[in-house]
Amino acid sequence: MSSLTVRGVSKAFGALTVLDGVDLTVEDGSTLALLGPSGSGKSTLLRIVAGLEQPDVGSVHLGGDEVTHRPAHRRGVGVVFQDQALFPHLDVAGNVGFGLRMAGVDRAERSVRVRDALGVVGLSGYEHRDPATLSGGEAQRVALARALAPRPEVVLLDEPLAALDQLLRERLLVELRSLFDELDVTVVAVTHDPTEAAALGDRIAVLLDGAIAQVGTPGEVIAAPVSTAVAGLVGQRNVLAGRVVEGGVETALGVLPVDVGRARGDVGVLVPPSALVPTSDGDVRSVVCGLLYRSGTPVAVVDAGGVMLDVLAEPRWAVGDAVALDVDPAGVHVMAR
Amino acid sequence: MTSTRRTLSALLAAALVVAACGDDDDTAEPAPDPEGVAATSITMLTHDSFDVSEEVLAAFTEDTGVTVELLPSGDAGSMLNQAILTKGSPQGDVLFGVDSTFLSRALDEDLFLAYESPALEGVDESLVLDPEHRVTPIDTGDVCLNYDKAGLAEAGLEPPTDLADLADPAYAGTLVVENPATSSPGLAYLLATVAEFGEDGWQDHWRALRANDVEVAAGWEEAYYGSFSGAAGSPGDRPIVVSYASSPPAEVIFAEEPLDEAPTGVVEGSCYRQIEFAGILAGTEHEEAARQLIDFQLSPTFQEDVPLNMFVYPVIDVELPAEFVEHGAQPQDPYLLDADVVAENRDAWIEEWTEIVLR
Amino acid sequence: MNTAERTGRAPRAVTAAAFAVPVAFLGVFFAVPVATLISTGLRAGGRWDLGAVGEVLTSPTTRSVAWFTLWQAVLSTAVTVVAALPAAWLIGRIRFPGRSLLVAALIVPFVLPTVVVGTAFLAVLGPDGPVAALGGVVGFDVDLRRTATAVILAHVFFNYAVVARTVGATWMAVDPAAEDAARTLGADRWTTFRTVTLPQLRPALAGAASIVFLFTFTSFGVVKILGGPRIATIEVEIHRLTTQLLDLRTASVLSLLQLVAVIAALALYRRAGARRGSARTRAGRSVLHRPAGAEHWGVAATIASAALLVGVPIATLVWRSFDTAGGPGLGYYRALGSTGRGSALFVPPAEAVRNSLVIGAAAATTALVVGGLAAVGLHRLGGRARGVADSSFMLPLGVSAVTVGFGFLIALDEPPLDLRTSPLLIPAAQAVIAIPFVVRTLLPALDAVPARLREAAAALGAPPHRVWWEVDARLLRRPALGALGFAYAISLGEFGATVFIARADAPTVPVAIFRALSQPGALNVGQAMALSTVLLALTAAVMLLVDRVGDARVGGF
Repeated sequence: MSSLTVRGVSKAFGALTVLDGVDLTVEDGSTLALLGPSGSGKSTLLRIVAGLEQPDVGSVHLGGDEVTHRPAHRRGVGVVFQDQALFPHLDVAGNVGFGLRMAGVDRAERSVRVRDALGVVGLSGYEHRDPATLSGGEAQRVALARALAPRPEVVLLDEPLAALDQLLRERLLVELRSLFDELDVTVVAVTHDPTEAAALGDRIAVLLDGAIAQVGTPGEVIAAPVSTAVAGLVGQRNVLAGRVVEGGVETALGVLPVDVGRARGDVGVLVPPSALVPTSDGDVRSVVCGLLYRSGTPVAVVDAGGVMLDVLAEPRWAVGDAVALDVDPAGVHVMAR
Repeated sequence: MTSTRRTLSALLAAALVVAACGDDDDTAEPAPDPEGVAATSITMLTHDSFDVSEEVLAAFTEDTGVTVELLPSGDAGSMLNQAILTKGSPQGDVLFGVDSTFLSRALDEDLFLAYESPALEGVDESLVLDPEHRVTPIDTGDVCLNYDKAGLAEAGLEPPTDLADLADPAYAGTLVVENPATSSPGLAYLLATVAEFGEDGWQDHWRALRANDVEVAAGWEEAYYGSFSGAAGSPGDRPIVVSYASSPPAEVIFAEEPLDEAPTGVVEGSCYRQIEFAGILAGTEHEEAARQLIDFQLSPTFQEDVPLNMFVYPVIDVELPAEFVEHGAQPQDPYLLDADVVAENRDAWIEEWTEIVLR
Repeated sequence: MNTAERTGRAPRAVTAAAFAVPVAFLGVFFAVPVATLISTGLRAGGRWDLGAVGEVLTSPTTRSVAWFTLWQAVLSTAVTVVAALPAAWLIGRIRFPGRSLLVAALIVPFVLPTVVVGTAFLAVLGPDGPVAALGGVVGFDVDLRRTATAVILAHVFFNYAVVARTVGATWMAVDPAAEDAARTLGADRWTTFRTVTLPQLRPALAGAASIVFLFTFTSFGVVKILGGPRIATIEVEIHRLTTQLLDLRTASVLSLLQLVAVIAALALYRRAGARRGSARTRAGRSVLHRPAGAEHWGVAATIASAALLVGVPIATLVWRSFDTAGGPGLGYYRALGSTGRGSALFVPPAEAVRNSLVIGAAAATTALVVGGLAAVGLHRLGGRARGVADSSFMLPLGVSAVTVGFGFLIALDEPPLDLRTSPLLIPAAQAVIAIPFVVRTLLPALDAVPARLREAAAALGAPPHRVWWEVDARLLRRPALGALGFAYAISLGEFGATVFIARADAPTVPVAIFRALSQPGALNVGQAMALSTVLLALTAAVMLLVDRVGDARVGGF
């Protein structure tokens, strides 16, 4: 059963079209990462799902009910805001218990459930802290506990980790993921960070220019983006312009003999570093421009006749070295320009 | 205009009830209901200087069953103008305190209902300025030069004996007067100079006063407390001021420590008589009670109370307080111009005075 | 944009409902009376007499009065801004013992009745006062009474806090990091101030200056008491024409002229306000520091100048209340407690204090409710309409009390609105004056409530009215308390409107002071001074409380 469905949602602010016929389905208990650059409309989509914004056309369905015109406070959707939006006039327990109070849960049960929710996010004993005294990570956990405490079926997270530093972000990412699995809750997490999207989502939906460009598992979306734009968004670097010709794709690296499927004309060509094999007699001549480490892996940025490429570096390489590369056609991905 | 106002009133009434809810507190008394308590409560408009003893008003209520609400409405001019603006729908039933200099304006506007009080018998006829009895004289006050005894002595000067003395260069820098355009005693003093020097002669006197560095204050408070050196606690440095014949007794009565002698004196030859009148406002619904109040204001009970509360003199023959007898002046022959002459020329004289003294 | 607009939930209805009460209130107690009086003045025999406008405007008297009004207002504003800028720095940057006391004390003059201040200034500037004494030392005969200088000094005294508090609050919001950056880039203190700090303060300066201009342009009591008969502002002239000469024709034209100037000042204020957002930086971090090095001199000089401009008149007043004939003592205060003379109009001063407290409570509550609703309505309005509506609520600050008062007499003389003698009139009139200040305090606070918090509450299941109650109402509690206290202080000191409508048996403290001052005799003056000191202490206590429990933005513009 699908827990959350968005059908044909469009939204414009004045002359600016933000969403243009968005369809989206999130399976019950699964996590969807909504990935998009800033301005792609992903926050607006989230707000429409939450009921904080009305779509111009289209509908929103929760657990089979249409809720398009149901106000936010009657949707039972938990929201974690980017800036946490903790109530400054309430302590941590007051924040976490807010939704329960609105639901009419009595004081005794509320305090039990607040304690539980704080336990879930690892903040036991924080009940009487003033939100202003919390660190960024703590505040984020309180915001999460607050959203989860009323036990919503759907939780929406808007850039949940954007405000945090790198280390904290990665730790929380893992925690969040296991928490969602554990709670069996349906989650939509909005993010602009492909790493975050891949770590959080069972599936990733890529939102570009107000429309869903691609939906798939993290592996699918990252390894086989449907367009150069999606490829760029998911962090792929070696994306070349190409043209379908007899026997393959013509690129700046020459004609690559790859299977183009039904692609015709101008295409985008993704040549991942793993498909660039250093060989002494390789066809692609290049010069090492820089050496860096990405997640502990040495990477060389090389200039191949005006095209900058990421290549898995070999230990003895130095800047200025001439390197010859072979393209492994099996690793090359052809997509829309 | 009226119908617009009525519509608006109706529209806004509801909103007002809401807004007024927050104002309910224990000082709020029900506004006098014109129908329900007919003739048991009347309102008297007064100027801010009016005052009367509580017991005296209580005595009136006891005698007649009529209670009196007082409504101070600014100085005499302001009060009169309010009454003129609300003609026909007056704020009260009786008006107290229109004086002889403004009388013609009030009479021209037909503000008052005629009523000849039987109590007028005891009043000197010269004070009854309106033969139709639309207004009734209640008290008289004399606007006179006051001098600071110590201040003059220090300057080696004798107190002046008449108006002309002040033009003497010996008195340069000693006099402060009020602006006749904004002050009732100021106007009275101007009229005194007109009475003394004639309609064509007062101008030269004021030119001489200006040459003598006369100071002009906006009102009595500013002159007496701000510039006059004789007032207790005053920062002023002028030993001569235009004030009232009753000011020296007031200095004695309100002295911090008992005084044997008033610190200030009155130049008896400088006084101008002001007569204050009361009248029944046209449009009142309580004419009978209003008449009773007029009668009462001429009764010995009220008249005896007048000196110590308003520092003016009664119009009937009653005993004066000891301080008035001892320290006050009762000028025998004060200046008083004919009301019609004043009415005709007042504005022109003020204009001319302003040109001579201020510009 | 706010939640209601985004979710499209009948925002117009809510906005209209919020505006209904303030519009009705200000309509009855302000707009209708003023319009009625002006139309009475300009209509002759049922027809508009527009010739009066040209006639009055071209008369030499009008021109000289208008010219004086303008130049004294410009000069007063300039002097106030320059004089109060150091105090703004102190408020915005420096931590020192007694800071909150000083900040509260600065606002006291702003809410003191003019009659009290006028008297105090006469004492300061008169031949026996400190100024003359100082002049005597250097061999000059100084008597500033009845001069434009006296008027301007009193204007500085009154409005010092407007500039100090408004600009000080903005100064606090200026990120010191930018100043530090400028210093590291080689700018000296003065250059840093000129190139980094001042541009960020400019909107606040312009806003405060336009408000000071508004107040000084429409100045009445100060000019009347200190200026003497040769000096008149338009407002003084309107008063004279209306109360003394009943020349409503000329008075109406002058009222219109003043209204035009006031609207211009408000437009200027609004323009300054539109750009104010840029000076806002992240809040929460304290930018106050203890003075270091040369700053000690700055602090000392600032406190000294504030003491001179604001402290000396207050001190003179207080001193005179103790300066009895038998030497310093409590004689006048003891006299306050006496039962008095038993006259119908004499109200024991203790009772006047009680009246003031009760009426103040009613006025402040009314102002908070009406002004609060106005702020809610304004908050929901967008764009141009908001600016215009915002300015309209400030118009009462620029219209003569006598115009409103006389207008009231003729506009509202029929049931059910014959409120001319109603005891509710005083708190209502005071509320009209306090409402702009309530709006000025609550509107920015309301605007500053993050929309996210409302959304978070809604997402957690709070229906709109509970969102308002749980979020807005709770976050506005401190500003609302501040606004309430400030409205209370204004009501305590309000004189111009109150004296016009005060009833015989319930005078407020300023009215009692005024009555005491209208009687000859040392005891009356002494009691007036003692009552003024009591009023001063009351006001200061309220303002201290306001700053403690409320919000430091109160009294800023």
